[in-house]
Amino acid sequence: MSDATLRSPLHDQHVALGATLVPFAGWEMPVRYTGDIAEHTAVRTAAGLFDLSHMGEISIRGAQAAEFLDHALVGRISAVALWGAKYTMLCTPEGGVIDDLIVYRRDWDHFFIVANAANKDVVVAELTDRLAGFDASLEDISREVALIAVQGPRAEDIVARMCTRGDDDIHAMRYYSAANVLLEGDIHAFVARTGYTGEDGFELFVDADEAAAVWALALATGADDGLVPCGLSSRDTLRLEAGMPLYGQELTRDTTPFDAGLGRIVVFGTPTKPRGDFVGREALLRAKVEGPSRVLVGLLGDGRRAARAGYGVLDADGETVGVVTSGAPSPTLGRPIAMAYVPATLAEPGTVVGIDVRGRREDMTVTALPFYSRAS
Amino acid sequence: MSNVPEELAYSAEHEWVSGEPDAGAEVTVGITEHAAQALGDIVYVEAPRVGDTVVAGEVCGELESTKAVSELYSPVSGTVVAVNEALEGAPETLNSDAYGDGWIFKVEISETATDLLDAEAYAALTE
Repeated sequence: MSDATLRSPLHDQHVALGATLVPFAGWEMPVRYTGDIAEHTAVRTAAGLFDLSHMGEISIRGAQAAEFLDHALVGRISAVALWGAKYTMLCTPEGGVIDDLIVYRRDWDHFFIVANAANKDVVVAELTDRLAGFDASLEDISREVALIAVQGPRAEDIVARMCTRGDDDIHAMRYYSAANVLLEGDIHAFVARTGYTGEDGFELFVDADEAAAVWALALATGADDGLVPCGLSSRDTLRLEAGMPLYGQELTRDTTPFDAGLGRIVVFGTPTKPRGDFVGREALLRAKVEGPSRVLVGLLGDGRRAARAGYGVLDADGETVGVVTSGAPSPTLGRPIAMAYVPATLAEPGTVVGIDVRGRREDMTVTALPFYSRAS
Repeated sequence: MSNVPEELAYSAEHEWVSGEPDAGAEVTVGITEHAAQALGDIVYVEAPRVGDTVVAGEVCGELESTKAVSELYSPVSGTVVAVNEALEGAPETLNSDAYGDGWIFKVEISETATDLLDAEAYAALTE
């Protein structure tokens, strides 16, 4: 472990719980506590507790904070309601994805951005560049903020019971919105109904100094509901089943939001609701008009051998025509699932493609995403 | 810390061998608890088939977990005489009982194995 490796404020808790810790995006983070499948299943059926303190948090404030974000990001951030949240992206002038982000509006002139750990420094640098000319300021608060997620069907009850004030807000909160609550122990938390698991769930942003108290409170409050600590391995299979893209796999600087099937988050405006210029606009408009040359699809296998990131997608003649971006045996479905970029001609659900699984072809069927959606 | 039984021999690729690995003898092969833990929940074992020839240090199958896939190496050279069929329906046995019910295959050794590690040397390797 190099000296530069960062540790979560919950590091001691992970060690005490017997977690397997691995280097991840410059941090040493828990990959699992007991077992990947048990943790995955707990989130699908009860609740899971995740330490996501490696994620980046950036605060944007100022009279022109909304105008600045409209310029810097592909979404219309000025339209986000107070306490609302939006999934958006930071793109290059060429339309490539620098990172996917969630932006929360905490006040009319105050936004809170969550970035991927591996991209945080790049996002901060890029946003700082784009600030020129706007009456707004940026602060990287990643190290001061801990992020603890409670995900699963039992999450609402557990998080509400953790509150001394604001439990009614937890119950009333819609998906992709947020509130300030007071947790037991007089701890202030910014709580959002967001997540990366395909289940209902909440993300609690608290001071790093209070992370250990919040972690202990969540474990104690949720114990009878079946809440268990979950590592990054189960988080990956949960998001894959939910068809959610991961930066570095489905999303890169060489992909546009349109390639990834997420063109809807790019807002160009209409004659009645125009939108000003934003970084990447011209290239993204071209990408929209031309249509993607490759399409992100879901793949479902009948065999036992799973496709993994980087494996080639083969056409009927055995030619490599695409690439798998993520793949695993699905704990919920009990079959191999994957996401892959394929040519538009092979993107129709029902199409059978081959995957080069370490030199041996395995057939998989193109399937609409997501692989799993919770009963609503 | 994972368990490394004294009475077994080990390969650097994290397989264990039960029995004297002498030419003509039959030994049982599995993967170590350390390897099983590193892989996470194992969901599929592709073992060699009865009658296959295996060569020490060469790939003879694969192990798939939710997290990753890993190649299975044979720690000895010889002919496969039995395969643990129960792993087909219960691959998680590798995680729960790596040195017992999680055995993978049995080999009739064609050539005495000389480069296996004892428990102490293997434990040192995984520290």
